[in-house]
Amino acid sequence: MHSTLSPENRAQTAKADNSMSATIQKIDEHIVEIISDSGEGAQTAGQMFGTVSAKMGNGVWTVEIIPAEIEPPARSTAGASGNRIRIGADNITNAGDEADLVVSFNDQVLLGREAAGEFKPGATILLESKWREEREPEIVSVYIEAHDRLVAKGYRVIEINMEEECRKVVDNPQRGKNIFVVGILSCLYSRDLGIVRQEITKKFKKKGDKVIQSNLDLLDAGYHWAEANLEIRYVIPAPGVLQAQVVMNGNTAVALGTVASGMDVCAMYPITPATSASHYLSEIFEDVGGVVHQAEDEIAACAFALGASYAGKCAITITSGPGMALKTELMGLSVMAEIPLVMVNVQRGGPSTGLPTKVEQGDLLSAMFGVPGDAPKIVMAPATIEDCFYSVITARKIAETFRTLVIVLSDANLATGQQAFMRPEFREEWLAPPIDQSPLPKTFKPYDWDEKTGMSSRSIPGQLNGLYTLTGLAHTGSGAVAYESGVNQESSRYRSLKLAAFQKTLKTPEVVGDPEGDLLIVGWGSTKGAIEEAVMRARKDGLKVSSMHLTFLQPMASGIREIMQKFKNVMTVEINYSDDLADEIIDEDNRRYANLAFLLRARYLVDVDCWSNVHGQPMKPGAIAKMIRSRLK
Amino acid sequence: MFGLKSESVLRLDEEYHELDEYQGKESRWCPGCGDNAILAATQRLCRDEQLSPEKTVFVSGIGCAARFPHYMGTYGFHGLHGRALPVAQGVKIRRPDLNVFVNMGDGDCCSIGTAHWIHAIRTNMKMVVMLHDNNIYGLTKNQASPTTPQGRITSTTPYGSLLKAMNPLTVTLGVTNVSFVAQVVEWVPDLLYKVLREAYNHKGLSFVRILQRCPHFMPTAWDQLLSNPDNIAVMDSPDGVQLSDATAKIYKTRIAHDSSDLNAARQVASLEDKVPVGILYRNEKVPTYDELRRPKRLPEPELTEEILNRSFDRFGISPSTSSKAED
Repeated sequence: MHSTLSPENRAQTAKADNSMSATIQKIDEHIVEIISDSGEGAQTAGQMFGTVSAKMGNGVWTVEIIPAEIEPPARSTAGASGNRIRIGADNITNAGDEADLVVSFNDQVLLGREAAGEFKPGATILLESKWREEREPEIVSVYIEAHDRLVAKGYRVIEINMEEECRKVVDNPQRGKNIFVVGILSCLYSRDLGIVRQEITKKFKKKGDKVIQSNLDLLDAGYHWAEANLEIRYVIPAPGVLQAQVVMNGNTAVALGTVASGMDVCAMYPITPATSASHYLSEIFEDVGGVVHQAEDEIAACAFALGASYAGKCAITITSGPGMALKTELMGLSVMAEIPLVMVNVQRGGPSTGLPTKVEQGDLLSAMFGVPGDAPKIVMAPATIEDCFYSVITARKIAETFRTLVIVLSDANLATGQQAFMRPEFREEWLAPPIDQSPLPKTFKPYDWDEKTGMSSRSIPGQLNGLYTLTGLAHTGSGAVAYESGVNQESSRYRSLKLAAFQKTLKTPEVVGDPEGDLLIVGWGSTKGAIEEAVMRARKDGLKVSSMHLTFLQPMASGIREIMQKFKNVMTVEINYSDDLADEIIDEDNRRYANLAFLLRARYLVDVDCWSNVHGQPMKPGAIAKMIRSRLK
Repeated sequence: MFGLKSESVLRLDEEYHELDEYQGKESRWCPGCGDNAILAATQRLCRDEQLSPEKTVFVSGIGCAARFPHYMGTYGFHGLHGRALPVAQGVKIRRPDLNVFVNMGDGDCCSIGTAHWIHAIRTNMKMVVMLHDNNIYGLTKNQASPTTPQGRITSTTPYGSLLKAMNPLTVTLGVTNVSFVAQVVEWVPDLLYKVLREAYNHKGLSFVRILQRCPHFMPTAWDQLLSNPDNIAVMDSPDGVQLSDATAKIYKTRIAHDSSDLNAARQVASLEDKVPVGILYRNEKVPTYDELRRPKRLPEPELTEEILNRSFDRFGISPSTSSKAED
């Protein structure tokens, strides 16, 4: 009966097979989570379900659920691997709150996620029930205990023997169970099967027609099973896709931004969660004459990029917190010797090895101040996946124009989250101009700082009359090693002036909500969608709260103080650690603030409070809204 | 005149580079420092090969030897301690037109930069790498380096250094893809120059360990070699460098050696009673990373647009594939 489910005859098939009378519920949005042990395909299923929904014109945000190990022990509470998909009728800007519907391949990963507070009260759980018939009695009893506990907690647990159902279609049900689940979800959420089939065909194209066909069969099987056995049906209205869009995660967006920015060289060393940016880049970069160089270590990667940049080739290095720490000395060289460099730091939980696969915004202060000595550099943070693409283009341009280091702070939430955005329209101005090899005047000096702006001149190897030896030592305006005391003061001043000159080009951030009120929430990076959604919810309740999101953290645009002063209270919401005044020994004398709050307090002398945590999870709009309500009640 | 375009007229006087053009800032090394001899030989090499100064880059790390680029009349990159090699690789990766040289001391190369040293040998990009080995940290004032002889008293080993000195030649010759290894002493200018010239003309990374005098901290380090030239063994190889008659008269010890034989090179490198000089190993057939990574196509905006659009298609949602709202 495979591949007969065209939209036209779907109704007929349903009539023929279906004795259930499902009531269709129209909803604005839902959060679906698919979890399994590692390697069982829950991530693939989730991504596919998300992509299909995006292609149908729904707003979508997906979050990967990744264990720290490649293959953690099976059936363990910490081993959940999968994907969470938030689907909405309108544009979705963040991962949202707790899950409405969960598909789980075993009881233990389910318990782990439940304990983490990831499910809505009364959420629907579709649970693989093959464990009831497991030979090992301990597994059976553990399963039953887990099942009963979840039922007792009020979850609507629906047991499905997925493997048995799959065995009716394929020989090895362990491979392909995920597509059976896509079939179930396609039925429950009225997905367009034509699009689902396209995605399956695309996904398994390399594996040949036989594999494609068996997966299409599994899809149908899942769909039919749900049609016959489940009475849940949801419709999330999709406005349709009005303009061409692209769906990707933030790391792929960084990779494409690297290509679009006209970079020549990407030097990197594998580090979670940044590496996948280089995976996609490696596939396509050579086609445009670029090169991804996997260096022997983080330090070498940064040195390689600086060497290329010195020779006139635009270079980027992509890393995460621990890698940025290793590159610190070279970051100083980039600033000191004025070698343009873009560094993307896909932040993860820290310090040290920390939480490699989880989100944190803990590197802001180390990005700004991590280099010993005075090292003024530019720090910016993309807030959306679309931003990840454009920020590399912007960063390259700033780095080349101001001859300095630009750090782009992405994070694990953006890196692995998927979102649809307007398909970019290529513009030649994104690219770097070709390397200038024209002879320079005989009077040329390699730095020759501009008195007012600190902007410096540059020669590139190959240019006649441009000879100089770049050095990380203090140096004069003609590049000579400084032996006189005044030179360091003077050259430090010029490098700092460059930041001021750049600051003059920045636009004042916009305020979401009213320009004055009781509370202003300030955020940066990937929390933008969640903060704005929370603010909108609170405003619907009549609360006088607004928000402001900063793209440039160093330097900061003018006008921020004036915005903050119009609110009775200002606070930041961030994913990094800050002390809690409720702790007995914490008071205003020893309280450590969240990264951005610390900066805003220091710069603007405004009493900025903060609300932050390091649970390694994206901020939930519901949690932020609750916090806002408690502050303003 | 005669209808010739002005840029086509031969201008030997302008285009021929004299020796003094390769002199950068005045050297500030100590009197008697072996680095001066290396500088002189390198400048002579540049003149004889007529390297265009603006197409030549000297990359260094930190240390006495690392001041080298400042004293060359070329482009230079005086970077960070230990990091000269990855910087040089970055310079070269998309600039095959540039002549790249690297100057490092024994601390720079064999201690803080060890990982880069091993991997640069393996990547084998075309460049000349000079290890200025004076067996001591000079710039930071007399600390033991990995090549400091065992028992030597230094600021950090007041009771004598405990460990046996590392042999940079055997280490280098042990790395996969090694393609050129030589050893010279800087006080034999004839040999130094000739080996550097072979190194420059090698297709791949040429690693030249140069035993170098540090009169300030290691005045007696090479006494055994200076007082008795017989302790220096010149490798006699069919394709080796030929000494001038004057040099040959002083350095009479010879080792028959086939520089295409890696195992023979490793054996010679391991000699403890004599110091072998000349080319230990040379293999032009080892692939170079810069050639392996050479772009198939040169960057141009149309190409970037095409590749981007292909990616956008791959991740794309076009209005036509979407269904209408399902309610």
